[in-house]
Amino acid sequence: MLRLPPFTYHTPKNAVDAVRIAKEYGREAMYVAGGTDLYPNMKRRHQTPAQVISLRDVPELHSMEVLEDGRLQIGAMVTLTTLEFYPHLKAHYAGFAHAVREISTPLLRNMGTIGGNLLLDTRCSYYDQSHEWRESIDFCMKSKADAICWVAPGSPRCWAVQSSDSVPIICAMEAEIELAGVDGMRTIKGDDLYQDDGIQYLTKKPEELLTKITLPAPGNWKASYLKLRRRDTYDFPVLGVGACLWFAADGTIEKANVRLGGAGSYAMPATKTEELLVGKKLTDELIAEAGAAAMKPARTMDNTDLDVYWRKKVAPIYVARALKACR
Amino acid sequence: MALENPNTVSPKDRDDAPWQHDKKKGELEHIGKPIRKVDARSKVSGLTQFADDLTMPRMLHMKLLRSTMAHAELAHIDTSKAAALPGVKGILTGKDMPTPFGILPVSQDEHALCPDHVRFVGDPIVAIAATEEETAWDACRLVEVDYRELRTIGSIQEAAANDEPRLHDYGVRGNVHRLENLEFGDLEDGFKRADHIREDTFWFEGNTHLPMEQHASLAHFDKDGKLTIWSSTQTPHYLHRALARVLHPLPANRIRVIATPNGGGFGGKSDPFNHEICAAKMSMLTGRPVKVALTREEVFWCHRGRHPVLMRSKIGVSKTGRITALDFHSFLDGGAYGSYGTASTFYTGALQTVTYAVENYHFRGARFFTNKAPCGPKRGHGTVQPRFAMEVQLDKVACDLNIDPAKLRLDNLAPRESVTANYLRIGSMGLAACIEKVVEGSGWNERRGKKEVTKEGRIRGLGIACSSYLSGAGLPIYWNGMPHSGVQLQLDRSGLCTVFCGSTDIGQGSDSVLGWIVGEVLGINPLDIKVVTADTDLTPVDLGSYSSRVTVMTGNAAMQAAERARDIVAKGVAKKLEIPAVRVVFAEGRVFDAEDPDTGMTFQEAVGVAEAQVGTIGTVGSYTPPKSAAKFRGGGVGPSPSYSYSATVVEVEVDPETGIYSVPKVWMAHDIGRALNAAVAMGQIEGSIYMGLGEAMMEEMAYRDRSHKGKRVFLHKIPSMLEYKSPSALEMPDCVTYVVEEPDKNGPFGAKEVGQGPLLPIMPAVANAVFDAVGVRVDENPISFEKVFAAIQAKNEGKDPRYGPAGDETGIPDVNFGESLKIKTPWQGGDGTAWNEPKRTKKAKK
Amino acid sequence: MTEPNKVLATFQVNGEPHEVAFVPHKTLLEVLREEMTLTGTKHGCELGECGTCTVQVDGTPVLSCLVLAVDAVGKNVQTVEGLACGSDLAPLQDCMADLGAAQCGYCTPGILMAADALLKDNVRPTRDEIKEALAGNLCRCTGYLKIFEAIELAAARMRGEDAEPSKESIYGS
Ligand SMILES: Cc1cc2nc3c(=O)[nH]c(=O)nc-3n(C[C@H](O)[C@H](O)[C@H](O)COP(=O)(O)OP(=O)(O)OC[C@H]3O[C@@H](n4cnc5c(N)ncnc54)[C@H](O)[C@@H]3O)c2cc1C
Ligand code: SF4
Ligand code: FES
Ligand code: FES
Repeated sequence: MLRLPPFTYHTPKNAVDAVRIAKEYGREAMYVAGGTDLYPNMKRRHQTPAQVISLRDVPELHSMEVLEDGRLQIGAMVTLTTLEFYPHLKAHYAGFAHAVREISTPLLRNMGTIGGNLLLDTRCSYYDQSHEWRESIDFCMKSKADAICWVAPGSPRCWAVQSSDSVPIICAMEAEIELAGVDGMRTIKGDDLYQDDGIQYLTKKPEELLTKITLPAPGNWKASYLKLRRRDTYDFPVLGVGACLWFAADGTIEKANVRLGGAGSYAMPATKTEELLVGKKLTDELIAEAGAAAMKPARTMDNTDLDVYWRKKVAPIYVARALKACR
Repeated sequence: MALENPNTVSPKDRDDAPWQHDKKKGELEHIGKPIRKVDARSKVSGLTQFADDLTMPRMLHMKLLRSTMAHAELAHIDTSKAAALPGVKGILTGKDMPTPFGILPVSQDEHALCPDHVRFVGDPIVAIAATEEETAWDACRLVEVDYRELRTIGSIQEAAANDEPRLHDYGVRGNVHRLENLEFGDLEDGFKRADHIREDTFWFEGNTHLPMEQHASLAHFDKDGKLTIWSSTQTPHYLHRALARVLHPLPANRIRVIATPNGGGFGGKSDPFNHEICAAKMSMLTGRPVKVALTREEVFWCHRGRHPVLMRSKIGVSKTGRITALDFHSFLDGGAYGSYGTASTFYTGALQTVTYAVENYHFRGARFFTNKAPCGPKRGHGTVQPRFAMEVQLDKVACDLNIDPAKLRLDNLAPRESVTANYLRIGSMGLAACIEKVVEGSGWNERRGKKEVTKEGRIRGLGIACSSYLSGAGLPIYWNGMPHSGVQLQLDRSGLCTVFCGSTDIGQGSDSVLGWIVGEVLGINPLDIKVVTADTDLTPVDLGSYSSRVTVMTGNAAMQAAERARDIVAKGVAKKLEIPAVRVVFAEGRVFDAEDPDTGMTFQEAVGVAEAQVGTIGTVGSYTPPKSAAKFRGGGVGPSPSYSYSATVVEVEVDPETGIYSVPKVWMAHDIGRALNAAVAMGQIEGSIYMGLGEAMMEEMAYRDRSHKGKRVFLHKIPSMLEYKSPSALEMPDCVTYVVEEPDKNGPFGAKEVGQGPLLPIMPAVANAVFDAVGVRVDENPISFEKVFAAIQAKNEGKDPRYGPAGDETGIPDVNFGESLKIKTPWQGGDGTAWNEPKRTKKAKK
Repeated sequence: MTEPNKVLATFQVNGEPHEVAFVPHKTLLEVLREEMTLTGTKHGCELGECGTCTVQVDGTPVLSCLVLAVDAVGKNVQTVEGLACGSDLAPLQDCMADLGAAQCGYCTPGILMAADALLKDNVRPTRDEIKEALAGNLCRCTGYLKIFEAIELAAARMRGEDAEPSKESIYGS
């Protein structure tokens, strides 16, 4: 049986204590929410934190409320199942609700949290393997700083893949993320939480606690999410298109955000696609054209399930379909 | 559940009923009814004890350190640091168990721990036992192994091209394990008479069993010098033999193998495994019970699953589509060891003739050693890959000749009660009925070729395919004249009937088969019967749960034992009732006079009456399959007491833009002779459809092959439950299942195999359905989305609308098969021998 | 690394208290199987990828291989061993047994726990709802169909209907 490495378990009762413990132990410490990403990783010995800080008893992370201005604020510890069945979400954030429903399996959604999903480790089929398997390839850069990257051996960086289903759509929706650090709270845009690196995929400090995510108030926008994977359950996205379009009264697109998950180390903007959309109406022709423009930014690598070239070729089709769903 | 089985022909209504049945009894009491399996209650209560559920006082936990190199010599192993770790109680290396073993006598090529040569990433090198599993794992990390890297042999092509370095010092030459070359009839003439000839090349990627239970064993060498091992094995008898061999001089009669219920096997627990032998040896070393429980990744290293096979098939047909000649080549990637590979190789050429009459047939098969986890038997053993090739090729032939593919098959059916070109004896044969059922049920005639478009823009297609499968192999794994299955039966004055048999329940319900058959014969409730199985100390030998052999072989042995017991009791009762013994009937828990049913007694009383007359009642039964008609070398693989048949129609919906498709519905008809238990037979059929769909749509043993700075990294790409894709509840289509019952005289109550056959036609039917929908051929399995997409793209670009291996020298390895063994077909007046047998060149040169 | 100290805690499993000492990095799966000898809960991957280890914690089906045992202290843990009432099988178990929905039986405990949770929430689940509820439990033997049918049958019987399995599901079409 695969088992967890030993650690000391902390259950702080508020966010301030959580951050304090994290700061105190520095690199030795990690937060855990639902554990559905962290514990498998620890069993494979990707991480062996000596201190594990559970967020289960931090009450402020479990709340969910509609703010006065109509925005929806979700605590990091809200489980994916709770979100999935939250009527307000289904009614006003159908695209996001769909993305949540597409994550893993119902059992894992009972355990996994939205905070954990936003911070999900990047994935790579050379990396998400047992210790023994990785020993056989002499490890790679993400496990061992002096090792090579097997995906791109000449590369100085890691290309592990952004694999969370919620990230592309929350970035497209311009949701806000609230972080608690030793110096207090700060709020950033979704996009700004991530960076293009398979190892340092987050911009936040290790001890910073993700407390809340705030979705924009319902309005003249519509968002969608389309996921490519082999089975309709279990599987991580090998392509996840998050799209959000803001419409003028006459249907003209005022703003467009399109993010590609599973196609790089962060949710990559399909800039060309976005540019093509703005100022126009969402006709079939425009959708096809805007979709085709997404071929280039889809930086698929041979480190996920399904063929790398095929994934790149179907990216435009998926982008087009995601745009269509914004109608 | 008091439903009547609508399919069953009552024995009363059929005088020619070939199955053994006590006609006095009228209707069958238990056979065919949906009675619960004998172990159903414990299974749904979580009380079934699988191997890893067992513990013993002072038990140690063992882990294996496995090779991190695909191919290397072991220069040096240093276990001193591991030995010093507190908690470590025992360490074994290859030199502790120098005797090789293997499932087949002709390939004793495995070691419990590799002494000096590792052949794939995952080959075991050191075993360590400790008080905690974590400690044993930590200790493994402290072992230092010096490897001397050898060139990796990564594929059939590499194995064919590189004789050095050799993986093994036996076989045909270099890394060629086996070469077979069998010619039945006159090929030249067959092709000359053909109006249409086509040649196709197919590739079937390997895939694995993926049982939900990870292999585990618990071994205990007790203070009386006796060794007991509980293990998740499908073949306790073969494990017993391997243990006796490697643990020599420990006598076989001091070794007891108990097969625990298998949490799924599918052929993956049919070989004796290194971890089993290590656990036994470790218990002997430490004097303590030793448990080993493999991780999911290690289950992938054990493998023994479907061989990757490259196939070249040339077929000749008449204008009307009758097959005049078939020239078939198969190239098997065997992985690192022999396993069942010799049989697998023959199986790739054996059963083509059992579905369709092939007038002239030439089969050439080659198996190669490569640095991968060893391949072996998986559900449908060796016959699955050629079935894919044949059924897709027939679809193409039908297309070429503009004949309905269903009709083409019906026109070519092998006749019942006949002998095939390669001397397989067909008994009952219900394939025509199977085809008719699925054709009618699916609306084949109306819906095929219509390219209906769904509202999501997907295109519908229908595909058909057929298959047959063995009801157990005609020959045992090792040559001997003993029965394949033995059953011992004991009747107690309490009315208890105990059945002892070496067979192993891997979920297919073999324990229940024993209960149903004995219950039917003795007229008692199967659930009242005590079934004791799979314990080499207590139960007579049964060769194991593989090749779908249990129903027919174990069933017949149980039948014989039960009939003998019935006769003893009948005699006793007859004497007491003063009637002739032939008038005694066993039914409904009573034993009575057929002419005056009220005169009689309970079964319990009857046993007492008989016991008082003859003493303690015990009987035995055994089964040996009928002699094969094939007398040429290699003719031992393929014969079976009977063959099951299946036909399927699969519906697909293909997204023409992406190649993504789904399978919303499957129609499956399976001729199983007779359903011993209706619900269980249905479950086996549905399980086969499921597994077939997994193989068709996603399952594959993919390998990572990379090189960096002169070092080649070659290992299984995805040894996990998540990344080795298998269908979930959401992928399972609606199934319409037809049970066709064409009783066979060789089966108990007419029963044949159920549970492997219906897997085979699924993959080719999916390929054929994709063609029906979007007009492209995928000549490779799995038929994954990318391949469908690539073929559609080729079509759109005006190229050959096909995805598959090249048929020229770039795809097919250059192998000299030597001179063929020439056998006249029955219709040429042959007698089953090869007329050039003695001249058979053993070592063909390239 | 030195082993952290064991903690002593009382678990409520199937309505009964179990007092056990264990190291805090043990999962619920390990503690159930190895400390409480409740081996009805199975394991097939220990990474959240198969569903055989499913148990209910406060009525919610979760994967015991990814739940820390300490997090289950004070909660109501339900395993397959607690489904039957005395020696009577629960309707769900009965239907699974009748239809042969447990072949090798290895996935069965996990599937029972997931299905039982579904039926507590939803007395009349549709086929799609059943599929979705089992989308985290792999079974390699049955092809799932007998499992779906058993859940439907059990649901009907639990609603008090005098339901029988369909002829097609037992004898074929
Ligand atoms: C078989 C399987 C399939 C899966 N499929 C999918 C899928 O299809 N799509 C998908 O998106 N995910 C998938 N997942 C991953 C995972 O289940 C989800 O992403 C889940 O939402 C993670 O949440 P968690 O609460 O369990 O995270 P955890 O494992 O608890 O945490 C994840 C990471 O975030 C950190 N963290 C968690 N919360 C906070 C916080 N509030 N502040 C700071 N740091 C924090 C942790 O330290 C850890 O590094 C799958 C997992 C498995 C095992
Ligand atoms: S992308 Fe390269 S460095 Fe990153 S995890 Fe994969 S192999 Fe390792
Ligand atoms: S053991 Fe596989 S999900 Fe828990
Ligand atoms: S019954 Fe065997 S895995 Fe489900």
